Amino acid sequence: MTTATTQPAAPRQVPPATPARPRRRIDWGKYVTWGVLAWLFVPIAFMIAFSFNDVAGRHNVRWEGFTLRWYGQAFAYPDLTRALLYSLAVAALTMLIAGAIGSLLGLALGRYRFSGKNSSNAVMFAAICAPEVVIGAALLSLFLLAGVTTGFTTIVIAHVMFSVSFVAITVRARAITLDPQLEEAARDLGAGPWATFRLVTLPALAPAIMAGGLLAFALSIDDYIITSFVSGEVTTFPLWIWGSTRVGIPPQVNVMGTLVFALGVLLAVINVILARRRR
Amino acid sequence: MTGTRRKLVPYLLALPAWAWLALFFVTPLAGMLALSLSTGNVVSGFQQAFAVGNYLDGITTYGEQITRSLLYGGAATLVCLVLGFPVAYWIAFNGGKHKGTYLLLILLPFFVSFVLRTISWRFTLSDNGVVLGTLKSIGVLPSEFSVLNSAPAVVFGLAYNFLPFMVLPIYAVLERMDPRVVEAAYDLYAGRVQAFLRVILPMALPGVFAGGLMTFIPTSADYVNATVLGGTHNTMIGNIIQTQYLVNNAYPIAAALTFTLMALLLAGIFAYARALGTERVMEVQAK
Amino acid sequence: MLKLTGLGAAGLALSGCGIGGEGASGVDADDFWADKEETGHLRFANWPLYMDPDRTPLRKFTDATGITVDYHEDINENSSFAGEIQPRLANGDPIGYDLMVLTNGIELARFIALNYLAPLDHDRLPNFARHAGPSYKDPAFDPGNTYTVPYASGITGIAYNPDFVDREITSIADLWDPAFEGKVGMLADAQEIANFGLLANGVSPAESTEDDWEAAAGKLKEQRDAGIVRAYYEQDFIQPLTNGDVWLAMAWSGDIFQQNAEEGTNLKFVVPDEGATLWTDSLMLPLTSEAPVDAIQLMDFLFRPEIAADLTEYIGYVPPVPETEQLLADRAAEASGADREYLAELAGSPLVFPTEEDYAKLHSYVTLEPGEEDGFLSTFQAITQS
Repeated sequence: MTTATTQPAAPRQVPPATPARPRRRIDWGKYVTWGVLAWLFVPIAFMIAFSFNDVAGRHNVRWEGFTLRWYGQAFAYPDLTRALLYSLAVAALTMLIAGAIGSLLGLALGRYRFSGKNSSNAVMFAAICAPEVVIGAALLSLFLLAGVTTGFTTIVIAHVMFSVSFVAITVRARAITLDPQLEEAARDLGAGPWATFRLVTLPALAPAIMAGGLLAFALSIDDYIITSFVSGEVTTFPLWIWGSTRVGIPPQVNVMGTLVFALGVLLAVINVILARRRR
Repeated sequence: MTGTRRKLVPYLLALPAWAWLALFFVTPLAGMLALSLSTGNVVSGFQQAFAVGNYLDGITTYGEQITRSLLYGGAATLVCLVLGFPVAYWIAFNGGKHKGTYLLLILLPFFVSFVLRTISWRFTLSDNGVVLGTLKSIGVLPSEFSVLNSAPAVVFGLAYNFLPFMVLPIYAVLERMDPRVVEAAYDLYAGRVQAFLRVILPMALPGVFAGGLMTFIPTSADYVNATVLGGTHNTMIGNIIQTQYLVNNAYPIAAALTFTLMALLLAGIFAYARALGTERVMEVQAK
Repeated sequence: MLKLTGLGAAGLALSGCGIGGEGASGVDADDFWADKEETGHLRFANWPLYMDPDRTPLRKFTDATGITVDYHEDINENSSFAGEIQPRLANGDPIGYDLMVLTNGIELARFIALNYLAPLDHDRLPNFARHAGPSYKDPAFDPGNTYTVPYASGITGIAYNPDFVDREITSIADLWDPAFEGKVGMLADAQEIANFGLLANGVSPAESTEDDWEAAAGKLKEQRDAGIVRAYYEQDFIQPLTNGDVWLAMAWSGDIFQQNAEEGTNLKFVVPDEGATLWTDSLMLPLTSEAPVDAIQLMDFLFRPEIAADLTEYIGYVPPVPETEQLLADRAAEASGADREYLAELAGSPLVFPTEEDYAKLHSYVTLEPGEEDGFLSTFQAITQS
């Protein structure tokens, strides 16, 4: 420990005098991103794990061992199955309707100057601002007043109402960046308004429309509060779960949550593959 | 002729969504406004009385919960911003060809129902659960440490549930930014911090503004997180509104509280827009 | 929500149908049933997980009578369900169900007071007359079973986890013990918590006055502000109790039974010395039922002891038919393996078949006059929603 070992090693390369470019530094952004992703997936991991829990009945609280049983009996609760199907159907319809009319509105707002734009913005903001309880309660009063029986249709109406502004905002953000010269060029080349829209505007907006549609789908399948007001005889997946928490959530809920999640993963993977191909 | 037709185009495009919003948002709200000024109860019916007192009653009785909701919503928004900005930034500039994949990863948990996610958090954060229990057994945390049923649990639950609403708008503006601008900034300025403050942040501001709105509003009006993850003294105004509506059927006071909340949120948005100087931003967007 | 109706035509909804006004008498049972006929089909609204997924009792009913049943688990909360159907009932419109289940409480009391429910023809309920236990007939919330018959009952008592609580819990006062600081769970429901506050003060809920409510609220506030209460549970308190997030809690008997039977946990349930409350989920027909004859047949059918036993086997709450205890014991004797174990546990459980001693300690709920609801609710919600 004295002299023998203190021989200096071969001279190391001297670090460059100029400081490293920021790019070469530790990539904190990466760690934060992965950290956040991990955080996002913690409860999901638990949900998935407990869909394999070998419990005896419907109180799925402690880990009792691994089983695939609940996947075999995923549809043992007919009302739960029906609730899930209702949720998926509502979300799909919401995606289509809100995606279509919201995109058109977004295009109008982002691309054109016209009077009524400010009031439109104000209404959209208010629609996003309105707490869900407000929207739900207000809508139900309207349906009652009009003598409409609440149910599947009214849920779709409500979901389209609260997601349409989100779609419009997403698409507007994209439409603002559209270069008007592109459309003009198309017109100059003899394309009619419809052809211009279909061949120039729509492809440019497509990513935003897809994003808006997916957002509408996610908002719809997620919604508990507004739905609880306007559902009438229809029970959607979140409503059923909330109701069942009174007596214990059966593992089938985890199974279905996992299946829906897996569907999302599948869609994501397909999306990525398609995106690669397009390149 | 074509000029007139072209002028009509934006109206035609906007019409379906306008009609939908007018019919199913504005009309019911007007009805609610009337309701908030009436008196009575379920049994005797409700009469219009222009009872402004409903508002005073609501604000004086539930002032604490209103303040708390704005605080929790603000805190959750801050958490979302602090966590969401670096994520959006990193994906936008370093995501490369995997950008789409990362964004989908951010969105994926949201294929699991909001209610289910929140309930799963309660389970995850259990005092002796896999997370806290493990940390306690290896001595990282004291054995009496707990998270559940506290203000932080509610705030982080809110932040968790609304994080993508912050990430996506920020990402959207950053993604449009020319990375060469940032590089130029690095070449011209001394440090990262300055480049960030003087170049990136101002350009990202519209996204931050949109993201802030889209997280602050739903988080401050939420009640599910407070119900599932909160304890005593964590009640938010959403809980009160929900109870007044659905449990007590006290519609006038519930409606008055609802409008109070909306007014506060709108005022907040306005102040926030001023502070961030985003009036200019909105003007830019309007063009 | 409906209240725009009320806005437009102040009180019209009520007076127009002849159900408003002081002292309006209910619909006479004979008048109601005079022109009603069987339709061969009925719609039944119930709570989630309140009948086995195969709907065995309903299948047997269809086999026996030919009447088909649309069964919907559409009731998640008394209040929200009541809020949803109230406007239609006020207008005299059908609500989409012919038979439904509500808990004794504010909503049921209101429905009875407003004559939204069909008066029952007890000549059509022979099984109820013969098999329902005396404790479940003529309840305080519906004297003479004029409008309702019980579906299942439960006790609100105290549950504790002996892994964390190392002494025997016997009284409501234990919920105020500072030794359990931050480890006590209470129910968020205003009526439930009021009952416990009153019992803690030695007051019987059914006979309590407004002054008693104030005192009970003071007692509960003390408990909350001392940091003893961890949370007021609106929903599932089983998970935190099993995990040890709370050590002892106000709890419903059936949930504790189910949890112990299914997961082998050892949660204890006690009917405290000061007393506890018995609640009942009851079957009833809305006045606008479109198939009352079919619905009342099903109502009666559910009181056949073997059908009541089927129900109890699945839900694990207190059945209104005492004979089920013996039937389940018989079934246990015939079964084998895990089924046998479960059935024996069910038949032998004091949580499902309370002892005489327990029954003696059980109280009814606070009875609220329509005018008292608001004050009562705000008094106790100020505790839970702080």
